[in-house]
Amino acid sequence: MRPMRPVQDLSGLPSYGFGTKSPVWWGTLAFVAIEDGGFIVAIASYLYIAFVNRVWPLRAPPPDLGPCTAVLVLLLISLWPNWWLDRAAREENLRKVRIGMVVMTLLATAPLIVRIWEFPALNVLWDTNAYGSINWLLLGLHTIHLLTDWGDTLVLAVLMFTRHGHGKRFSDVSDNCFYWYFVIASWVVLYLFIYFVPRL
Amino acid sequence: MSVTESDRLKEQEEREDAGAPRDSTADEAELHRVLSETWGTKPGFWGWITTVDHKLIGRRYIATTFFFLFLAGLAAMVMRAQLAQPEGQVVGPDLYNQLFTMHGTTMMFLFAVSVMEAVAVFIIPLVMGTRNIAFPRLNAFSYWVFLFGGVMVWGAFFLNIGPDVGWFAYVPLSGPEFSPGKRADFWAQMITFTEVAALAVAVELIVTILKQRAPGMTLDRIPLFAWAMLVTAFMVMFAMPSVMVGSSMLIMDRLVGTHFFNPAEGGDVLLWQHLFWFFGHPEVYIIFVPASGMISVMLPAFTRRPVFGHLALVLSVISIGILSFGLWVHHMFVTALPQLGESFFTASSMLIAIPNGIQIFCWVATIVSGKPRYATPMLFIIGFIITFVIGGLTGVMVASVPLDTQVHDSYFVVAHFHYVLIGGAVFPLLGAVYYWFPKFTGRMMSERLGRWNFWLAFLGFNAAFFPMHLLGLWGMPRRIYTYQPELNWGDMNLFVSLAAVVVFASFALFLWNVLYSLRHGEPAGDNPWDADTLEWATSSPPPAYNFAHIPVVTAREPLWAERRALPVAVGLRTDMRELVITSVTEARPELRESSPDPSIWPLISAIALTGLFIGSIFTPWAVVYGSIPLTIALTAWFWPKGDKEDEA
Repeated sequence: MRPMRPVQDLSGLPSYGFGTKSPVWWGTLAFVAIEDGGFIVAIASYLYIAFVNRVWPLRAPPPDLGPCTAVLVLLLISLWPNWWLDRAAREENLRKVRIGMVVMTLLATAPLIVRIWEFPALNVLWDTNAYGSINWLLLGLHTIHLLTDWGDTLVLAVLMFTRHGHGKRFSDVSDNCFYWYFVIASWVVLYLFIYFVPRL
Repeated sequence: MSVTESDRLKEQEEREDAGAPRDSTADEAELHRVLSETWGTKPGFWGWITTVDHKLIGRRYIATTFFFLFLAGLAAMVMRAQLAQPEGQVVGPDLYNQLFTMHGTTMMFLFAVSVMEAVAVFIIPLVMGTRNIAFPRLNAFSYWVFLFGGVMVWGAFFLNIGPDVGWFAYVPLSGPEFSPGKRADFWAQMITFTEVAALAVAVELIVTILKQRAPGMTLDRIPLFAWAMLVTAFMVMFAMPSVMVGSSMLIMDRLVGTHFFNPAEGGDVLLWQHLFWFFGHPEVYIIFVPASGMISVMLPAFTRRPVFGHLALVLSVISIGILSFGLWVHHMFVTALPQLGESFFTASSMLIAIPNGIQIFCWVATIVSGKPRYATPMLFIIGFIITFVIGGLTGVMVASVPLDTQVHDSYFVVAHFHYVLIGGAVFPLLGAVYYWFPKFTGRMMSERLGRWNFWLAFLGFNAAFFPMHLLGLWGMPRRIYTYQPELNWGDMNLFVSLAAVVVFASFALFLWNVLYSLRHGEPAGDNPWDADTLEWATSSPPPAYNFAHIPVVTAREPLWAERRALPVAVGLRTDMRELVITSVTEARPELRESSPDPSIWPLISAIALTGLFIGSIFTPWAVVYGSIPLTIALTAWFWPKGDKEDEA
């Protein structure tokens, strides 16, 4: 082993950070990119199938706009509490974070409930034709994201009420808020594709 | 816990942190003892299955990928025995179909991509000067998922339900109508397993390279192997979702009656080819780019000079990464595409030859202007340059639509892609194993056996695969299990099969060299090649904590620039797993962050996921039932257990 000469002292550094300082934030961003890749490929497949068929939608009425718009409204409503929760986490304000986590768990539950009515509102089944298949795929992909983020949020909410709710868990809450923005943004895009492309 | 309690806890932790033992206070022997205790893996079976040490996981990842390489190689040998003479009787058409599918599938998904990532799992944290990979439990999870996926598909093969639809499983052949039974499903689900594993490693590598570099390792000081792995990881991230979506569609078409690829109900078979090749072409570069990084990082040690054109090499690797996403349609030239599309993809396919050419010229310039030392890794580099250039030239040929139309699905294409994959990736990989073996094990591999290994591999490979160009031009299609004597392909095929035995012998010799050197190799010392990158700044094999002190990087070749004494940073805690997080561009220290300790939950999560994946081959409800144990396992994985690392 070659001799060493100390030139820097790291002992004064903090033991966790937020946003781009945190490796978990980068990991979350990477997974967002991967899942975005999945969405983009699914949307490209949608356009491809629509293009080869010329007639769109295939032997089915366009999907109803009620439940999907309700999901969109609920998700957009959650933007503000999500932002508020992120700020509270960065301030490491445990009381506010607990309130925010409970609110966000409820707000993550609501669109999942509405989605139960959204699948029938597509007005086509997955095995009717390729139009049905691709719509169920897009909606299913987004539902998986709603479900997983609901699970994450719930576990984190419970965790913040235990003795573990301090330190870098605030950073985890902030990263969870970041992921929720992605869930909202992806729905805005999918909403336009699933519900308005058949009406073009 | 009340809010005030939380504040009290925080203050208490700050007090504890201030008084905690650090790597600046202890003497070296004491430091080694304390750090080994903190970072070490427990002995015995429990330690083995719970470890999160990137070196242990990297080593078992590499060994597993080589095991799959040998299985796929054996499949190739059976195929060559069958084709050695006209109307051969070694295997029948059904088994032959399974053999070539298993060969291609294993080589691509269970060996080539995985082995590159596996080497990176071991080497990259050392090259970055850090104590473990980012997200080490995810790393353990990735290995188990990979292992179970590989075991599943080979298990299916040994039960005579192995996939038989080729490594790219084109529909409609792989669809419900023409592939009843479960063979194609095992293939599609193997994709899901291996892609989950590969994506996990990609995320770990990206975060390790961006956030865990040694202080001072600015972007322009990142070693070229790390650049290559960073680009590769991004390619994995953007390419693999395509095949995952595609294979999920295929499974759904087969299991729940969707119609993605069914033209009778508005689907389209070419959609599969687009989805597959949008992944499949970057895949080729996902295999090649790490190999190019290995060459760039090995060359300085064997030419005694910094690599020529560092910036040009970085830019080439990045351009290859980007351009590789614009070529996929050249696999589909015979599918009656619009001519404008064909012209575009011909041009883009030829364009990627430019950054590849720049790399070759930089390497040649490094060798010519340096003082080359022809140790075994260097022989493999030279073998690579010759073989890859030939493969590259035939690549430019098949980028041209008229020529591709003639040789499509013939042995010419088989020859071409083996030249670029074996020449372009396996030769550098073998060189890299000889190069890093001392770091993996503390012992040198035998040079004498290494030379035999190289010459057998190089001559055997060219003898086996060059004639395939001719067989292809003579009209021999790929994936045929036999041919008639009057076609006059028999002599050439016999020659190819005999040469394939030489190639196989070279790999057997390689294996023998590994096993022999593990026990009897010369002790290596820290830096047997006098190389310039940080992995050689620690002992061979490295201790559990990698570095007693985190190196500080002052130059692009840190070990050559600081020969007298290595500058280091101190102040990390020694009573818990802690590593330094640095900024993305300038590698300024930002955080002292804890690194997770061993856990059984990655393995349990991988088992739960395996149950879900295999179950969903048979019933869609497996996704619902399977998600329950998986959710429990993942929650238990993330739930803090009260360790210092969890609570920091």
